[in-house]
Amino acid sequence: MRFLYYPGCSLKSSGRAYEESLLAVFARLQFPLEELPEWNCCGATAYMGIDEKKAFVLAARNLALAEQHGDGQPVHLVAPCAACYLVLLKTQKYMVEYKPIGRAISDALKSVGLKYRGQVKIRHPLDVLIKEVGLERIRAAVSRPLEGMKIACYYGCQVVRPFAEFDDPHDPMSMDDLLRACGAETVDWPCKVRCCGAMLTGTVEEVGQRRSYMILHEAMRRGVDAVATACPLCQFNLECFQGPMSRRYRDQVEMSVAYFTQIVGKAMGLDERTLGMHRLFIPLRQPPALLGTSHDC
Amino acid sequence: MSQSPACPRIGVYVCHCGMNIAKQVAVEAVTEFAARLPGVAVARHYKFMCSDPGQELIQQDIKESGLERVVVASCSPLLHEATFRKACAAGGLNPFCFQMANIREQVAWVTADKGRATSKAKALIAAAVERVSRAQPLERKRLAVGDKVVIVGGGIAGIHAALTIADAGKKVYLVEREPTIGGHMAKFDKTFPTLDCAACILTPKMSSVKNHPNIELMSYSEVEKVEGFAGNFKITIQKKPRYVHEELCVGCGECVDACVFPKAKFPSEFDEGLALRKPVYMPFPQATPAVVVIDPNTCLQLTKGKCKQKCVEACQRGAIDLKQEPEQVEVEAAAVIVATGFKTFDPRGLPQYGYGRYGNVYTSLEVERMVNASGPTGGEVVLKDGAKPRSVAIIHCVGSRDKKTHPWCSRVCCMYSLKLAHLVKERSGADVFSFYIDMRTPGKGYEEFYDRLLEEGVHFIRGRVSHITDWAMTKAEEGKLVVSAEDSLIGVTRRIPVDMVILSVGLEPQPDAQEVRKKFNISCSQEGWFLERHPKLAPVATFTDGVWIAGACQGPKDIPDTVAQAGAAASEALALIDKGYVEIEPNTAEVDPEACSGCKTCLGMCPYHAIRRDEEKGVAVVNEALCKGCGTCVAACPSGAISQHMFTDDEIYQELEGILSYV
Repeated sequence: MRFLYYPGCSLKSSGRAYEESLLAVFARLQFPLEELPEWNCCGATAYMGIDEKKAFVLAARNLALAEQHGDGQPVHLVAPCAACYLVLLKTQKYMVEYKPIGRAISDALKSVGLKYRGQVKIRHPLDVLIKEVGLERIRAAVSRPLEGMKIACYYGCQVVRPFAEFDDPHDPMSMDDLLRACGAETVDWPCKVRCCGAMLTGTVEEVGQRRSYMILHEAMRRGVDAVATACPLCQFNLECFQGPMSRRYRDQVEMSVAYFTQIVGKAMGLDERTLGMHRLFIPLRQPPALLGTSHDC
Repeated sequence: MSQSPACPRIGVYVCHCGMNIAKQVAVEAVTEFAARLPGVAVARHYKFMCSDPGQELIQQDIKESGLERVVVASCSPLLHEATFRKACAAGGLNPFCFQMANIREQVAWVTADKGRATSKAKALIAAAVERVSRAQPLERKRLAVGDKVVIVGGGIAGIHAALTIADAGKKVYLVEREPTIGGHMAKFDKTFPTLDCAACILTPKMSSVKNHPNIELMSYSEVEKVEGFAGNFKITIQKKPRYVHEELCVGCGECVDACVFPKAKFPSEFDEGLALRKPVYMPFPQATPAVVVIDPNTCLQLTKGKCKQKCVEACQRGAIDLKQEPEQVEVEAAAVIVATGFKTFDPRGLPQYGYGRYGNVYTSLEVERMVNASGPTGGEVVLKDGAKPRSVAIIHCVGSRDKKTHPWCSRVCCMYSLKLAHLVKERSGADVFSFYIDMRTPGKGYEEFYDRLLEEGVHFIRGRVSHITDWAMTKAEEGKLVVSAEDSLIGVTRRIPVDMVILSVGLEPQPDAQEVRKKFNISCSQEGWFLERHPKLAPVATFTDGVWIAGACQGPKDIPDTVAQAGAAASEALALIDKGYVEIEPNTAEVDPEACSGCKTCLGMCPYHAIRRDEEKGVAVVNEALCKGCGTCVAACPSGAISQHMFTDDEIYQELEGILSYV
């Protein structure tokens, strides 16, 4: 089985810390992820909203390339960004279930000499870590257990629904299980799959920010050290508007928001720079006992 | 026109079934085709062959055109074979000189293309004509039937059916798997819409069951095996060990007081886990039979083999027997009524509603116990901390009308939610918010009850609740359960903070419905509801003669509908007993003594032990009363000496010929 890695645009730009920490963690687990060569935009957001067909075709090209790359062997395409993950899953599903869409995609791929047979398995890193690597191996790789660290796992709206099947769409537990295996405490809270405001933070600001604020407010109420995310846009929305939020809602909003892979990497003793910790605007808050335990490996 | 006996005069009748068949199949073309088939003397089409004029057509043609065989091309034989056989008989023809071609279920309803549907109908008619030409006149055998009835399930359906039959003077075995009869109804405080007390109307019936000379109550028992056929079933029932001799126990409860567990420790099944019980317990004070039971999963002696057995000591009547074994009883019955009821949906399947996560989220069944005067809280509505709630939300359709759980409407939830709203308000004075999708109150006095609740000031909010959390956004929400829903009447999303949430869980089939259906050889819908013979015209009969269904095992229904079905099932069972006989389909096997070599191969093959060897003549003989017409022996006989009536080789080959010659 081959595991190809599809970064998408975010993990090469605003979400670089996600890529850095993800690859570092997988490398530590000796689970190689090979970047899909020649990949292109996944077709998310604006495309999907304006011209669905173009979005499908863009996503399908990546799938076709991945399938080709497998040379007849089963291929898993790991998409860490929630939006990429969703669009790839949606394309896969619609190609099969809606014949006219399937035909349109096939025609478009044909014009560039590509063909997609639907053989690629689209996976989220959470899914791969739990189901392929397994908690046993992860526990074994933990050298600096996150004792005393309290985390709110925030999956966002797209990772577990509507198409994903690896976790419960209303009450997912995979990230909780993972971070608990790393020694952290995770809280049971009602915001795991609530909307972060997504694109609205840039368009209808008040509506978007309110979504993010509601989540952060609840995380603060639960007294956590950090919110762990699995999506570059969620991370951005939750971390970058805390100042404006504080003013707008007359509250003192302050909360670390890190990629779950950064936190896992920390438990594995990986160094701060490798995990892209320096890219966080708000440093990851850790209980005093854990401070200073991280050193270069 | 004279016909040789080898080629009898055949009449073919093509039914339109209104538009059911006619809209897909070109009935006129099919009729013209049939008229040209060998032996066909009359071919007609008619709007409804099953109607009186349709049947008269057949009778008239038999008399006037001297028909010797009849083919009707219409619906499934399951529906109308009996009807047309009777019509043939009324016209003076042997009813087995008739053949049906199913061009509705097998053609019109499933073949999208009209041309292909018409071709298929022709092929099936050609087959039926060929087959019927070889049909032989046969006689039905009559068998006497017994006069006892086995009723499975001791809820209100089983209880009502048992009393009806017993009052008619027939013996009933009422089999209930729980330690007591009463079913779900025994758990309720009030019933809608009249708000009469469930116990006041149910417990007298329960004690009548216990005291009725014609009813043998077998509680804590399950049917294990069903053999035989309508009128003559043989049923094996297993009595589970309750570790108490039922006939000795008087239900005094001394053993419960004496039990080595000083306090009740285990969740009471009857109280939905809201109260505790000891390993030895009486499910509830009015349990019938009023006999204790010992739970083998919690009793120290039965789990660990080590206990002072104070209960045994305490019982002055020596009723406790910790070595009791399961016991098998075999009974004979003419009829069976299956009334095994339902189960409520487990809301853990919908984590967004927080059941099991937030202590004050209850299921409706738990609240039924809570509002019950003899329940765990003495009828008080209280929160986990003992305080009275000041606001309560009731969520309709939990596990109903949702493709992710169950697509069906559970029919009773709107009404029981209204009832609970009334009772909660009455007992606690709380503000009640009722979240519904559609308010479904079709029943006598039901809509009026809804009106009454509107007057009482319950807040009705139309919208399916998206989630229930402890996610407080404001001071008012702190420490509360926040119910979020779109109020689709005013078009806004609302967050309502409440102290208590009641989930109106839907009804679903019993988890072992598939096993039960196999035992009784009845059918099940895909979901697990038992299937009636006809959804309108035979709602309590099944496809197995002699077995009836009643109550919620057939589909969600309320108490009045359940009781109506139970009465119907009881009277149909009584009708069978009163008639005194069943007619057996003459599809039995017959051995040709000339060809039989007496090798005994068939004896071991027969699943019904219907074949014996006549030692004098050295040949096999089939007992027609036992033979089910399965055909196993026919296939197994190495000398081809066995044939099966209605399925002779000749008939089957001819039928194939009919289909293939058309193709």
